[in-house]
Amino acid sequence: MKNFSSSGTTRGRNHFVKALSQRRRHPLAAFALLLMALLVTGGIYAAASTANEAQAQTTTFTANDVEEGSKLFSANCASCHGMGATGSDAAPSLVGVGAASVDFQVGTGRMPLQMNGPQAQAKPVQFTEEQIRQMAAYVASLGAGPSIPSEEILDASEGDSSNGGELFRVNCAMCHNAAAAGGALTRGKFAPSIDGTSEKHIYEAMVTGPQNMPVFSDANISPEDKQDIIAFLKTIEEQGSPGGAELGSLGPVSEGLFIWVAGLGVVIAFTVWLTSRSS
Amino acid sequence: MIMADSSNGAPGTSVTVATPGRELDEFENPGLPPHRPRLADRDPRAEKRAERQVALLFLISVLGTLLFFAGYFFVPLNETIERLRLQNLMLGLGTAFAMLGIGVGIVHWAKTLMPDHEVTESRHEIRPEKDRRDAEKIVNDILDESGIKRRPLIRNTLLGAALLAPLPAIAIFRDLGPLPGNSLKHTMWDTGVRLTRDPSGTPIRASDVTIGSAFHVIPEGLNEVENKLEEKAKAVVLLMRLDPEELNPSPGRENWGYDGIVAYSKICTHVGCPVALYEQQTHHLLCPCHQSTFDLEQECEVIFGPAARPLPQLPIEVDDEGYLVASSDFQEPVGPSFWERG
Repeated sequence: MKNFSSSGTTRGRNHFVKALSQRRRHPLAAFALLLMALLVTGGIYAAASTANEAQAQTTTFTANDVEEGSKLFSANCASCHGMGATGSDAAPSLVGVGAASVDFQVGTGRMPLQMNGPQAQAKPVQFTEEQIRQMAAYVASLGAGPSIPSEEILDASEGDSSNGGELFRVNCAMCHNAAAAGGALTRGKFAPSIDGTSEKHIYEAMVTGPQNMPVFSDANISPEDKQDIIAFLKTIEEQGSPGGAELGSLGPVSEGLFIWVAGLGVVIAFTVWLTSRSS
Repeated sequence: MIMADSSNGAPGTSVTVATPGRELDEFENPGLPPHRPRLADRDPRAEKRAERQVALLFLISVLGTLLFFAGYFFVPLNETIERLRLQNLMLGLGTAFAMLGIGVGIVHWAKTLMPDHEVTESRHEIRPEKDRRDAEKIVNDILDESGIKRRPLIRNTLLGAALLAPLPAIAIFRDLGPLPGNSLKHTMWDTGVRLTRDPSGTPIRASDVTIGSAFHVIPEGLNEVENKLEEKAKAVVLLMRLDPEELNPSPGRENWGYDGIVAYSKICTHVGCPVALYEQQTHHLLCPCHQSTFDLEQECEVIFGPAARPLPQLPIEVDDEGYLVASSDFQEPVGPSFWERG
């Protein structure tokens, strides 16, 4: 189940950070540091000013976004969620689910639903980012709900992955597996693998609780703690296994299957060889 | 190198089992199939080649051992996981080659170069009465020669020693105790103990718990107690909020929750795994070990799997400051069955 939208940019950024730390004793390091400090200061100022805008956008958006989003909603979502998103027998009301919910469900391809089943599954995304933003704007205009998280809180390099690991093992690992590889739930449902999921979608899943996932509101896990969890997930995603074949990191099921099939196969092959005549 | 053996081949001798009073069909002893010399027996070059192959396998074993020690001593670990991965790979492959090289080499040696003449071993005649008498005689001889019947001093001291010798084991096993007493029936929860977040230990307001939320909860002060892990293993709780309409409390348990907020023990009643896989729409709680499924809407009744009892509910209320507190300890022992549970 690795069909989540991947985030190539994070990977690139972290390689960049690693390269930086290896060259920190270079004679030009001080100069580079100064240059970087200037860039970062300017960058933060620029980002903060746009982020404030973005933050404002997530709560209000423009009237045009809502207008366009409303049209997209009527054309693509209303057959199940009802006109005005008030819900129907087939699908829940979307009043008050917030922009984050739309961004997650549509942004990971879970919505529009491909088929009826125990749970909506991720698939290739059906809309452009602009269209998703407009639909999020429309749904957010129907009632207050979690908004799309800001860029700063999604920056995994700012998080404490050690604290994130502890929080992950307490709150998330029972369903998503200690290696975030996913696991089975009741009656055909499952917790998906988090490998390759973007920071934004991880955050939105926590605040909105899509489908059968419980909600982890900011009162339960603070935004900083969520950032730590994201930092932990990105750390284990990048560093990989400490050795040996992971076999999907699924624990006794895949490991047992492997050893029963491959291990016993080797034993049988050796037995045949031991008892055969030499030519 | 061809070892001729009198037992291989020579068909023609007949084998009969003589049973008085009954005629058995005699059959020709087919004997062993003719001995077929191996390639290494006929061709000196093949023999040489097999010899080199065996030596190569032993050399592979040597290289495997060297690979192990190269990984062990010359791959220093640092803070990156790449080094650990490389070291683990070298240790694993090194050990595998060291063992397999020797094993495969010896088998190959035996199969290609060592003598391969066929041998027939006849089955011994079965003589039950005589064997039994022989065994009886051996036992009697031992008893006579030891003189245990004639020397009561030795017999009695041996009896005494044999009876006393197991006593130290009792003392050692006693140190596994003391018996748990009633500690299996009580947890840290008590009237007024606040529900706090695991692992930070910060208290939880009722207003923090939105519908659909799941909180992993420990009792207040757990992080400070001496035997923290033992207490935690009994006291962990899952706190969830759902629409109060969906809860169906039985008589007497109506006020165990607060406005749709309910707290249940996280310890499975089957064998004690943490049941924390909460599905917020179906309100199922799933135990990951043996798939016991509990229905939150029916006070965590078992709807699937091997668990025998519902999860115990922790009665909760809200204190003056708006924080969630326990009304009392659990009303029944948490976790799996035990002998004295009744």
